[in-house]
Amino acid sequence: MHPTLLHACRRLALAAGLGTALLLPWSAWALTSEEALRLAEGDGDTRIETLMHLAAGTDARGHALVRALADEAVQVQDGQVLIVRDGRATAAVDGQPVALTASAEEAVVNNRLRGALDTALAGMDLFTGDPARQREAAATLQRGAFDDPSPAQLPLVEQALSPAHAGQLSAPAAQSLRLARAALQLGSPEAAQRSDAATLLAQAREPIVKALLAQRLAQERDPAVQAALRQSLERIERALAASAFLGQLFTGISLGSILLLAALGLAITYGLMGVINMAHGELIMVGAYATYVVQGLFQRYLPGAFDAYLLAALPVAFLSAALVGAAMERSVIRFLYGRPLETLLATWGLSLVLMQGVRSLFGAQNVGVENPSWMSGGITLLGSLTLPWNRIVIIGFAAAVLVAVALLIGRTRLGLFVRGVTQNRPIAACMGVNTARIDTYAFALGSGIAGLAGAALSQVGNVGPDLGQNYIVDSFMVVVLGGVGQLAGTVYAALGLGILNKFLEGWTGAVLAKIAVLVFIIVFIQKRPQGLFALKGRNA
Amino acid sequence: MSTSRRLTLKTLSAAAAVASMGLIGLPAQAADTIKVGVLHSLSGTMAISETVLKDTVLMAIDEINAKGGVLGKKLEPVVVDPASNWPLFAEKAKQLIDQDKVAVVFGCWTSVSRKSVLPVFEEKNSLLFYPVQYEGEELSKNVFYTGAAPNQQAIPAVEYLMGKDGGEAKRFVLLGTDYVYPRTTNKILRAFLKSKGVGDADIMEEYTPFGHSDYQTIIAKIKKFASEGKKTAVVSTINGDSNVPFYKELGNAGLKAKDVPVVAFSVGEEELRGVDTKPLVGHLAAWNYFMSIKSPANDAFVKKWSDYAKAHAIPGHKDKPLTNDPMEATYIGVNMWAQAVNKAGSTDTDKVIAAMAGQTFPAPGGFVSTMDKENHHLHKPVFIGEIKADGQFKVVWKTKGPVVADPWSDYIAENAGKKNVPEKK
Repeated sequence: MHPTLLHACRRLALAAGLGTALLLPWSAWALTSEEALRLAEGDGDTRIETLMHLAAGTDARGHALVRALADEAVQVQDGQVLIVRDGRATAAVDGQPVALTASAEEAVVNNRLRGALDTALAGMDLFTGDPARQREAAATLQRGAFDDPSPAQLPLVEQALSPAHAGQLSAPAAQSLRLARAALQLGSPEAAQRSDAATLLAQAREPIVKALLAQRLAQERDPAVQAALRQSLERIERALAASAFLGQLFTGISLGSILLLAALGLAITYGLMGVINMAHGELIMVGAYATYVVQGLFQRYLPGAFDAYLLAALPVAFLSAALVGAAMERSVIRFLYGRPLETLLATWGLSLVLMQGVRSLFGAQNVGVENPSWMSGGITLLGSLTLPWNRIVIIGFAAAVLVAVALLIGRTRLGLFVRGVTQNRPIAACMGVNTARIDTYAFALGSGIAGLAGAALSQVGNVGPDLGQNYIVDSFMVVVLGGVGQLAGTVYAALGLGILNKFLEGWTGAVLAKIAVLVFIIVFIQKRPQGLFALKGRNA
Repeated sequence: MSTSRRLTLKTLSAAAAVASMGLIGLPAQAADTIKVGVLHSLSGTMAISETVLKDTVLMAIDEINAKGGVLGKKLEPVVVDPASNWPLFAEKAKQLIDQDKVAVVFGCWTSVSRKSVLPVFEEKNSLLFYPVQYEGEELSKNVFYTGAAPNQQAIPAVEYLMGKDGGEAKRFVLLGTDYVYPRTTNKILRAFLKSKGVGDADIMEEYTPFGHSDYQTIIAKIKKFASEGKKTAVVSTINGDSNVPFYKELGNAGLKAKDVPVVAFSVGEEELRGVDTKPLVGHLAAWNYFMSIKSPANDAFVKKWSDYAKAHAIPGHKDKPLTNDPMEATYIGVNMWAQAVNKAGSTDTDKVIAAMAGQTFPAPGGFVSTMDKENHHLHKPVFIGEIKADGQFKVVWKTKGPVVADPWSDYIAENAGKKNVPEKK
């Protein structure tokens, strides 16, 4: 947007919110059809000009039209501007219902207009009394002041913060506005004001403020203000460095949690049972497709409870993958225990069968799995650090699965049998353990956990027949690095690889990071073939 | 060794070449059908984009056959799956030409697959119709490029971003998958941006491997870069199914289009199918066709595709039919080839190439598509569309008329003096 126009727009939009609009001559006009048409169809400049007229005015229909445009609910039909909500169209000028025809065209909102709409809405929302809207409006104004500070914005922010209005502001909104004022006062002629503003701005831990302060420092002549600027700059830099580090750590842990989920099942089938299961990736894929099927069922039969589909998908993903795993074990793998090479080939064949089966059933293309609404978006910390919900949920989920598996192996009768059979099969059999059945259970458990991993992965990546291929190498990497036969090793290896990968990626880029991690693993396995943690004892 | 012997033989029999061409051509023509090769990945990372192109070729062939075929013969499609595996593309192309004796091949999406099959088509003097926007820097007499050259997509898109309505971007992130198309396009764009006064410090280039699925670090980098100064825009040449996690992450990280718009060159209606587009409203794509374009020709095309998808139970499309730019380019390509064969009266490669020059076809995009007389590219208008909440695109900007392709971009210094005409063998 043209800067001066933007400022004019901000100023006028704010003026409405501040109740000073009555002083402006055109504010008493009601919305005319020409005006509505100019807003919906004019060229860029005309539309923004009209927008700020309407936002600054007090006409309710004008405001309704602006809000409708922001929601992209405005259409034009035969030269008449309509607001279409829930399939019902009303004329923007008088609110009369209108029948929609095929000739209706949506009013285009481009990014430039969207920015102007935000500012206009901020002005309209600041004093509506709705705290959420007020906070958002204040944040918009703050962003505007940070992006492009100009003295024209100042009187209005000042007025919003004046004792007459400040009482209506919630604390976060007031803080946003104070920061906005500080950003605007950086260019003030009074040295004391500049210095105060510089000090206050240290609280805004955003990179853009750093740029703002650095820019000011280059122009500043007053030594006291210079000192304040430098001090704030340092504090912001420290905060930014900390948040960048935390961000990288988080993405590393997030990748680690995904690796852990993918590898945990393999840690049981390969680590404990010694089956080189090349179809492990495809069991993950089965879990992901099970999630997709459950999503489809919810969409069709329970659209109201759609957000809960993922919870319902977890047991389905676990059971379907466990069943496929059990079938694999009963039909193929049990005949091949102790023959690793044959197992490898047979399970690789099974993986191809599973992939082709899914291709025939669902098609070769990826299928879409939507995030439930509670997994969309993110939480903003420390100004510039946004942690996405889906990643946070997956980290928690991986931890929960890990604890469950540890308890199952360490504390239950089944776990005892699994450990017994792993350590010494003939003795376990002599003690009356049905080793064949335990093998099936253990393999089904490992497969089921792979299914859970699939359900989780469907929330961050693609769900397609090749899904498993992307994770099989990573899974083996984690298990081998962690040390075969050790759950704890798997955890350390997964988190270690995740964090290492993400720190390298931040430094060298994604392509080189991948190579570096693989080289690291080759070197590590050469130096320490038994992995991080080795089983000690007779079997090792 | 055997290659060199074949080469010698070839040189020796150079005089007989024309005659032998005719001889090889004869048995094919004596058959009841004309075979047409379809070379698109039906599995692997590119299946997300390429599978529907296979179906589009089949639909166009059905349609031509229903009208009596070409030269009085039915077309017979031969479909192979190169599985997103670049060397396999070359093998499959050889198989189509040598074993199946196809008259023409419609196929490829990624430039790396096209580069892989190019020597095959040149050696066998066979024909490839390539339907996807690409980086230019190539002009083979054996290929017809029905997608956009850089000046028909990438450069207008960046010009739009720098303009008033695009947000007057001053800093650019060039983000792509790591292979020839993104690298070359970004080289051209960097030169273009420099010519517009954008300094190196204001350009960030990032690449990811094929099938990359964890975009957290890159989004964090973009955020940091964007907040370091003036208005930033992202130019994405990410290809294949990596786009889904990229856009998911973009939405979750709260990077809004009005702050940092992303314009994509390989993302269309089909790629957004699996994505929740509500957080992505306002991000852009540049193409020469959008499904949302209102024109009678497009309505007919969309209807044709919907009916075809229902009748053949194409997964996804039978419930929610979508069309996109490469589908349109494929459809134009098949029809133009059929017209050219009818005009030439033969499927002989050189005769068809001659007949292709200047062919026109009423494109679904609502304009008359013209094959350039010399440069093997179509004249195309450029559209810039914004993603809407329903996964469709809304055109926010378009060129006044069709743009003539410039495959040897003027922004690459080495191209000075190169003519947009294929070097004849």
